[in-house]
Amino acid sequence: MIVALFVPCYVDQFYPQVAIASLELLEKAGVEVVYPAKQTCCGQPMANSGFEHLTNSCNELFINNFSGFDYIVCPSGSCTLHIKEHLHAEKDEEKAGEIRKRVYELTEFLTDVLKIEQLNAKFPHKVGMHQSCHGQRGLKLSQMSELTAPAFSKPGKLLKMVEGLELVELDRVDECCGFGGTFCVTEEAVSVKMGKDRVEDHIKHGAEYITGGDMSCLMHLEGILRRRKSNVQVKHIAEILNSQ
Amino acid sequence: MNYGDKDHASLAEKFNVDEPRVNWHDETLWWVRVKRDKAAKSLPEWELLRETASQIKNNVLSNLSEYLIQFEKEATKNGITVHWAADAKEHNEIVHSLLQKNGITQMVKSKSMLTEECHLNEYLQQQGIEVIDTDLGECIVQMRKEAPSHIVLPAIHLKKQDVSDTFHEHLHTEKGNYDPQFLTHAARLHLREKFLTRKLALTGVNFAIAETGEFVVCTNEGNADMGAHLADIHIACMGIEKLLPQRKHLSVFLRLLARSATGQPITTYSSHFKKPRKGQEMHVVLVDNGRSVQLGRKDFRNSLKCIRCAACFNTCPVYRRSGGHSYHTAIAGPIGAILAPNLDMKQYADLPFASTLCGSCSNVCPVKIDIHDQLYKWRQVLMKEGYGSTVKKMGMKGMTFTLSHPGVYRFAGSAGRWVLRNTPFIVNNKLNTWYKQRDMPEPPKESFGEWYKKNRK
Repeated sequence: MIVALFVPCYVDQFYPQVAIASLELLEKAGVEVVYPAKQTCCGQPMANSGFEHLTNSCNELFINNFSGFDYIVCPSGSCTLHIKEHLHAEKDEEKAGEIRKRVYELTEFLTDVLKIEQLNAKFPHKVGMHQSCHGQRGLKLSQMSELTAPAFSKPGKLLKMVEGLELVELDRVDECCGFGGTFCVTEEAVSVKMGKDRVEDHIKHGAEYITGGDMSCLMHLEGILRRRKSNVQVKHIAEILNSQ
Repeated sequence: MNYGDKDHASLAEKFNVDEPRVNWHDETLWWVRVKRDKAAKSLPEWELLRETASQIKNNVLSNLSEYLIQFEKEATKNGITVHWAADAKEHNEIVHSLLQKNGITQMVKSKSMLTEECHLNEYLQQQGIEVIDTDLGECIVQMRKEAPSHIVLPAIHLKKQDVSDTFHEHLHTEKGNYDPQFLTHAARLHLREKFLTRKLALTGVNFAIAETGEFVVCTNEGNADMGAHLADIHIACMGIEKLLPQRKHLSVFLRLLARSATGQPITTYSSHFKKPRKGQEMHVVLVDNGRSVQLGRKDFRNSLKCIRCAACFNTCPVYRRSGGHSYHTAIAGPIGAILAPNLDMKQYADLPFASTLCGSCSNVCPVKIDIHDQLYKWRQVLMKEGYGSTVKKMGMKGMTFTLSHPGVYRFAGSAGRWVLRNTPFIVNNKLNTWYKQRDMPEPPKESFGEWYKKNRK
């Protein structure tokens, strides 16, 4: 099985430790991982801003980078969802379709494809789980609070395998943090207020760390935590699952 | 209400100046969402009900013209006069002509978002007609010359202190008396006199039944019934999408409506109007006002399934923290943001962007409208049609160029991180919107790509 590691652009540039943790996690699970060096971005920032019609060249580049692998794995629900729903190409629609089928978010790849049942990981801290909307409501990584349906959580299942980790309860289990891509600057006031309220929920319940499957949400929450000089830190779920 | 040329972001920023009030607004509406969850989860068949409602409405939208004609035929048989209005102007003129014909200059109205959409009150006032809104919430915002900020809870942006001040000014109640029971009683006395003396009552319509030619009005206060039963003339105004094929379908919708709206099992009054009582006139105005255009838009037609429960408002984290008036249109919230651009793309181009696309709206929608997907699709339409600013377009073109060229991307990335590490004052200032209330991420020395080159292969 050969897996291509798809690293979101902002993780590549600002949070390389998240990509390293993802790579090591997959390697530890015995998977052969390839990192296509010419990758850049999935094109979501343009598409969510209403400029999907400008993303053709980005899509073509993505298809060139990621065709021919058994799976494509990405430590981001949001970028994965964008590829799954919106990767198209006039010239290579067949290849685009293959990629849409083979792309997985990291935690669902671990639970659904690799069927991981135990991890050799230790993280003796109180942790709050931030459910990123695109992972949760888009990829259905865990049950959504709005629906009348049985509970489950793929990232939650993995976190339970980590020694010493205590998950804190939240008042609002899956409210959006307000990052929302360009929303975070075009609607700055509401975005920040949403982020402050999320942070408050985690702090109120004693979280030392806020984790999640999307570094973009965590970057936004981290910006707010740092501004208020809080000791609470953010950590991508890959880093926790890979910690010794 | 006049919003000037302000967009959602700037109106929301204004709303956020008073943070404790935003907290209160958010928590009040979240409490309604929690009530909705409890009500929904008490029915094991909830998801099946939603699916059934969605399918019934799909059928209605696919056969709308036939159901409308059937409704007209049956309603006429019952003694109801049916009017057709192509747009808001025609709707307003029909109502006015009925007032004129009967020499009436004062009327009562129970809440109808359609008449808000058509700006009926302003129109009638210009014609010298006095309109009294009789729902408590509507009555309060009408006194304040404001628009409803929510389609079910029109005065949810106000606290009891605000209501007290408003009543003191308009009804001369005791200043500083914030007791809700006292204030409700004052409104009751004020409205009772209007009900008893007005000869014409206008109501909205929640559902109209093609099979029987009857219509159903759902309220909690009973004011629609009070108005309609005391007046000589009852006018019911409805959008053409409010139809249901048969009476039996009501059982699905009445179970969904109030549970989705407020968490009640059913509205206090679900009143069926089938024919005028002896000596009374009953009119129904069927209003298009852009609906048939929306019906023709493949990606957006199913927004017409909406039953106006406002569950999407209450769950929306953006609505709760920006308030209804920030949407500068009659129907706010996520559903308003996909309905409004159909009426005027230029004026409402900002609304589909007033969302993080979190998807909670689609999950609570009792008729399963794919609201957040439509928000995404409206963004594409609006930018393609040229309703984005040139600055935004240039920015997006630049971003596309960078992200389509790996060499340029790598150079821009390392240059950007160098700037952040060595000259952070360039970005850590008030020109950077991110930095206003958030710190920038700490830039690492090397990207993952650079690390990988050194450590693997």
